[in-house]
Amino acid sequence: MTVETKSAVVITGNKAAAEAARLARVEVVAAYPITPQSPVVEALAKYIETGDLDAEFITVESEHSAMGVCIGAATAGSRVFTASSANGLAYMCEQLSWVAGSRLPIVMGCANRAMSAPWSVLNDQQDSMSQRDQGWIQLFCRNNQEILDTFLQAFRIAEQVKLPVMVCYDGYILSHTVMPVEIPDQEEVDAYLPPYAAHTALDPAAPRNINPVTLADPRLNGEGVLCHGYMEFRYLMEQAHQEALDVIVKADEEFGARFGRRWGGLTWSYQLDDADTVLIAAGSLAGEATISADMLREEGVRAGVLGLRAYRPFPADSLAEQLKQAKRVIVFDKSLSYGYGGPICMDVRATLQRHKMATDVDGYIAGLGGRDIKARELAAATRESIAWAAKRHAPKPTGWINLQL
Amino acid sequence: MGQTRDCNEMTAMSWPCVGEAGRTGDWRTMRPVLDPEKCVASRKNKIVCMQCWMFCPDNVITRTAPPEINLEYCKGCGICAEVCPSDAIKMTPEQGKQAEPTVMEEASCDG
Ligand code: SF4
Ligand code: SF4
Repeated sequence: MTVETKSAVVITGNKAAAEAARLARVEVVAAYPITPQSPVVEALAKYIETGDLDAEFITVESEHSAMGVCIGAATAGSRVFTASSANGLAYMCEQLSWVAGSRLPIVMGCANRAMSAPWSVLNDQQDSMSQRDQGWIQLFCRNNQEILDTFLQAFRIAEQVKLPVMVCYDGYILSHTVMPVEIPDQEEVDAYLPPYAAHTALDPAAPRNINPVTLADPRLNGEGVLCHGYMEFRYLMEQAHQEALDVIVKADEEFGARFGRRWGGLTWSYQLDDADTVLIAAGSLAGEATISADMLREEGVRAGVLGLRAYRPFPADSLAEQLKQAKRVIVFDKSLSYGYGGPICMDVRATLQRHKMATDVDGYIAGLGGRDIKARELAAATRESIAWAAKRHAPKPTGWINLQL
Repeated sequence: MGQTRDCNEMTAMSWPCVGEAGRTGDWRTMRPVLDPEKCVASRKNKIVCMQCWMFCPDNVITRTAPPEINLEYCKGCGICAEVCPSDAIKMTPEQGKQAEPTVMEEASCDG
C-alpha cells in the first residue's frame, strides 16, 4: 500500500522516543534525569506543560522511585512511560523485577550507556544486558525511525502479553544524533493502539490485594479456589515470553500494514540469503556491520548480517532457521558477561548447539565505554575469524576489537 | 499445573476476608494474652479504647468488650501488646510447637 508522508522531521533518537510516548497518549510519566536519556523526559515534561500531552508528570528523587510511581500508575490502569540509562537503570533493578512479576505493561526507554566504574557516559549495552533476566521484553533499535516505531509497537506488545518492554537504543550514537524521522498521524496511532484495559484496575466495590506474599506452594483462597504458588506465576511469565515471540512479529506486521514500515519483527537481515559468513549484533552496531558485509563481499567473502531486534524473548528458532546455510557466525557484543563472554554470542552458540548445527561461532567484544568502532574493524575481525579456522583447531578466544593494550 | 487450573490470575491477588492469607496463626511463637482486669474496655464493659482492635494488622481482634483475639489467625506480632495503654496484653511464649487455637473459625468471605 502507499502511505502518504505526513511529516518528516530531523530529530534525535531521544526526541523520537518522546514523540512515540506522546503519540501513544501515555497518561503517566515518572522519571529521573540521567545522561544520555534525559532529553526524552525533558521533551515529555514540555509536552505535558504545554498541553500537547494530557498526562501527569510525576517528579521523583530517584530511578527506584520513578519505577515505583510507574508501578502504581500502571496497576491503576494508566499507560505509563519512563526512561533511563546505566546507573539509573541499575538503581531501578529491584523495581524492574517487580514490574515483570506484576505483569504490568510498562514501556521504558533505555538509552544504552556503559556501567561504571570507571565513569563513562558513553555508549555500550552493558546496562540493559545486566537487567536481562528481570522478565522484561528487550528490543533493540538501529536508527531513529525504528526507535519511534518500536516504541509504538512496544505498547501494543506489552499490553497484549502483559509484560513490560524495554526499548534499547545506543546512547549518543542514536540518542543524540539527528536523522529524518516520519511522524505518524495521531488518528493512525490511536487506531493501532487502543486504550489500555488493565487487568489490575482497582474497583472499590470489590477490594483486593495485589501482589500479597505468595507462598511456595499453591493454596486455597477464602473461596476455596486453589491459587497459584510462586513458581506457577513465574511459569506463566515465561509462557508470556514465549507467546511474545509471535506477538512481536504480528505487531510489526500490523504496524507495516498501517504505516508502511516494517522492521523485521524479531530480527532483520542484510545479504543473508546466500551468506556463509554471518555477522550478528544488536542495535546500531548491526547497522555498521552491513557496511562491513559489503566490504567483505568485494573481497569475495559471502558475508551477511543478522540483526537482533528482540533479545528477550530470544528468537532462537528463528535464528537457527536463518543460519542454516551459514558456515561461520561472528557475534559482536557491546557488553560482556565477565568471566565468560559476550551474552549474545553465548546465546547464539547455545541456539546452534541445540539445533545440532556445527556452525563455527566466534565472539568479539566491541565498543565498551564508547570505544569507537568502524565497519572496517568489524570486517577485519571477520577476516581474523576465518583465518583462525583455516589454521587452528583450538577454539578461538573472545576477541576485543580495537583494544590498545 | 493441573492442580491450580481454576486460578485465573496471572499474578498474585487476594481478596480481603478472614483466612485469605492462610492460617497465619501457624506463624506464632508468642501468644497475646489479655487480662480483663487491666483492660479498660473490659472493666467498663463498654466499647472504649480499642487501640488493640485498631492496630492489629491481621484484623483478628474484635471490637467488643472484652476484645477477643482469634488465635487461628493471630500471627503473634505483638503490636496489640505494644499499643495497649493499660498493659493489658502480655506476649507469652507458645509451648513447644503450636498450641491449639482457642477460637476456631472457618475461613469465609461472607463477612
Ligand atoms: S496485633 Fe499481632 S499479636 Fe496482637 S492479635 Fe493481632 S496479630 Fe495477634
Ligand atoms: S488496647 Fe488494651 S485497654 Fe484498650 S481495649 Fe485493647 S486490651 Fe483493652
